[in-house]
Amino acid sequence: MNKELLKINDLKVSFFTPAGEVKAVNGISYSLEPGKVLGIVGESGSGKSVSSYSIMGLIDKPGKIVGGSIVFDGKDVSTMTKAERLNFAGNEVAMIFQDPMTCLNPVFTIGNQIAESLIHKYGKISKEELKKRSIELLTLVGINEPEKRLAQYPHEFSGGMRQRVMIAMALAGSPKLLIADEPTTALDVTIQAQILELLKDIQKKTGMAIILITHDLGIVADMADDIIVMYGGKIVEQGSVYSIFNSPRHPYTKGLLRSLPDLNKKGEKLIPIQGNPIDLLNLPKGCSFAPRCGNCMKVCINHMPEEYSTEDGHRVSCWLYDSRANNNAEVKNNG
Amino acid sequence: MANNESKTSPSGYNSARKQDVLIEVKNLKQYFNIKSSLGKKATVKAVDDVTFNIYKGETLGLVGESGSGKTTLGRSILRIYEPTAGRVIFSGVDITKLKKGKLLHYRKKMQYIFQDPYASLDPRMTVSDIVGEALDIHKLATSKKDRAEKIRELLKLVGLNTEHASRYPHEFSGGQRQRIGIARAIAVEPEFIVCDEPVSALDVSIRAQIINTLEEMQERLNLTYLFISHDLGVVRHTCDRVGVMYLGHIVELVESEELYKNPLHPYTQALLTAIPEPDPEVAKKRNRIILKGEIPSPVNPPSGCKFRTRCPFAKDICKKEIPEFKEHGSGHYVACHFAGKL
Ligand SMILES: Nc1ncnc2c1ncn2[C@@H]1O[C@H](COP(=O)(O)OP(=O)(O)OP(=O)(O)O)[C@@H](O)[C@H]1O
Ligand SMILES: Nc1ncnc2c1ncn2[C@@H]1O[C@H](COP(=O)(O)OP(=O)(O)O)[C@@H](O)[C@H]1O
Ligand code: SF4
Ligand code: SF4
Ligand SMILES: [Mg+2]
Ligand SMILES: [Mg+2]
Repeated sequence: MNKELLKINDLKVSFFTPAGEVKAVNGISYSLEPGKVLGIVGESGSGKSVSSYSIMGLIDKPGKIVGGSIVFDGKDVSTMTKAERLNFAGNEVAMIFQDPMTCLNPVFTIGNQIAESLIHKYGKISKEELKKRSIELLTLVGINEPEKRLAQYPHEFSGGMRQRVMIAMALAGSPKLLIADEPTTALDVTIQAQILELLKDIQKKTGMAIILITHDLGIVADMADDIIVMYGGKIVEQGSVYSIFNSPRHPYTKGLLRSLPDLNKKGEKLIPIQGNPIDLLNLPKGCSFAPRCGNCMKVCINHMPEEYSTEDGHRVSCWLYDSRANNNAEVKNNG
Repeated sequence: MANNESKTSPSGYNSARKQDVLIEVKNLKQYFNIKSSLGKKATVKAVDDVTFNIYKGETLGLVGESGSGKTTLGRSILRIYEPTAGRVIFSGVDITKLKKGKLLHYRKKMQYIFQDPYASLDPRMTVSDIVGEALDIHKLATSKKDRAEKIRELLKLVGLNTEHASRYPHEFSGGQRQRIGIARAIAVEPEFIVCDEPVSALDVSIRAQIINTLEEMQERLNLTYLFISHDLGVVRHTCDRVGVMYLGHIVELVESEELYKNPLHPYTQALLTAIPEPDPEVAKKRNRIILKGEIPSPVNPPSGCKFRTRCPFAKDICKKEIPEFKEHGSGHYVACHFAGKL
């Protein structure tokens, strides 16, 4: 039996740039069950996109997977042949991006591009069948007058409509997993609401799993079953959506939630996270959050924290949760 | 941004503020002539006949979808654009009529903070040059020493290290760059600042820092803000009153608490339910109003009420008559034929 759809173990991805090795993903492990929605949050540059591109095999030079394994539906992605991988990306896993134009070709009609995705999945199919399926897909993603729309070019579509087209193309291969990288960040809130509602609806209909990457905690609260919080190329905390929001453990997760504006505390000052985002070229020796952490102890500066499990199923990488720790440990920054 | 005690009592708050109007915007229009996709001449009515007041010391929020006219309105008020029609009255003086020399005096009182701190900072200038230039234009430093001292103070005030003065913008993170933008704006001792999406380009973990800095500046320097944002969560926290824009019109304007509790315009109602709620218990249960379609082209807006093509309550009259922007209850302005009756 195969309960896990995706299992990532100690994945490491680096970019070898003139300025040095950028450890974009620095040893992450997680697994995802079929039909679940996993939200990945974290600040810009924390490795959310790179870790997900790795699943699709989309890491190009100067980037390289330098360690760990990715197993999808029982198959090790890194040992796939070229042909296997071609079939895998698109048909087993599909991806949508923040900017749909990165995937849409401006010189081909929408119909052409959807047809291409369908052919990728089904091989040779008749013209009538192609048209019928394309119209079904556009209807499924809520595009009116689909027949007319098939003959149009991407520039004739608004941002929200392009995102719908991209979702249609992703769905063409009936993937088991959809990776959505900031799918609504470039859209207005009313359009964002439309797209998120669409994703929920499709998820219900098809039962596919979704990895939803976003920096918006509101979006994961609404959509996700489980949440991963990334910081500096590592997973600092993971757990179910309810327990992450109700009892966050890692100081970074706590800080993020505390810094959100809240109507009930109007007139009170916001409580920000101190300091500046991390520089991956100059990673601290110990915990990467240490320079900004209000709970930082001596051990944190020089030693990477281990991962601890809590009774409610969180996994958290922070020295505070070491049962051997004594409470008199020296606090460096004031919190 | 309201840490002010009197603001908790609605009546006292209102009357105290009503006496102190800083800016009156009257029937302001900002049209742009463009060539349409077919090469024909067309007019974009980016801001179309808006009238409202900005009170001294308040933070007035401006929300609405992309293209609704928020930035244009902010720029027309500062006369970065020459308004097509209407008036902007600053402390009793109609600045839409002022000649260049006189205008400079008012430019100093009214500043602008941009969404993209990087694009708005000259990459060849040091932080000290950038802040110093603002001082020079308005002759605010009495000597070289005074200038250097003022720059140091400004940097400290916005939370930058004084050693940073000799560095260039690219050496800073997004949040720090926005601090440089704030330092430049407050250098000239303004009374009014248009903050155009000041935190939208910043990482979530940095936004709260910058909002706090803006609030501190407001308290210390008695500033009045026009705070443009599409993030209704941020607006809810920072603003005393909020105006909602749609296709060049302000469709609703009211104290922010009232807006979130009792929105009267159908567009506002939809906008509020579209905000992602960072609480899974609430988020997963609530019913959202999902608006159909997208904001129409401002070149060819719908007749009557411009929102009618997406409004779930539109009736015949909405096609024929433009709803008047009028008061429904104290200080609650709405432009909808059925305001309060829905
Ligand atoms: N200089 C210009 N020339 C022509 N049209 C313009 C100009 N500036 C703005 N517009 C148009 O005016 C309308 C309002 O634009 P504006 O930038 O004020 O919107 P906004 O509400 O600030 O949007 P956003 O949320 O995207 O910043 C848009 O349709 C825009 O394309
Ligand atoms: N093509 C590339 N070349 C060099 N560095 C890269 C490249 N792509 C990503 N990186 C670096 O990897 C890190 C993680 O990036 P990414 O996964 O895109 O972050 P996120 O999606 O969380 O914002 C960043 O420091 C980024 O600059
Ligand atoms: S390990 Fe130490 S520095 Fe890192 S988050 Fe935990 S307490 Fe803070
Ligand atoms: S005037 Fe009519 S169309 Fe416009 S918001 Fe009110 S009900 Fe809707
Ligand atoms: Mg990314
Ligand atoms: Mg704008």
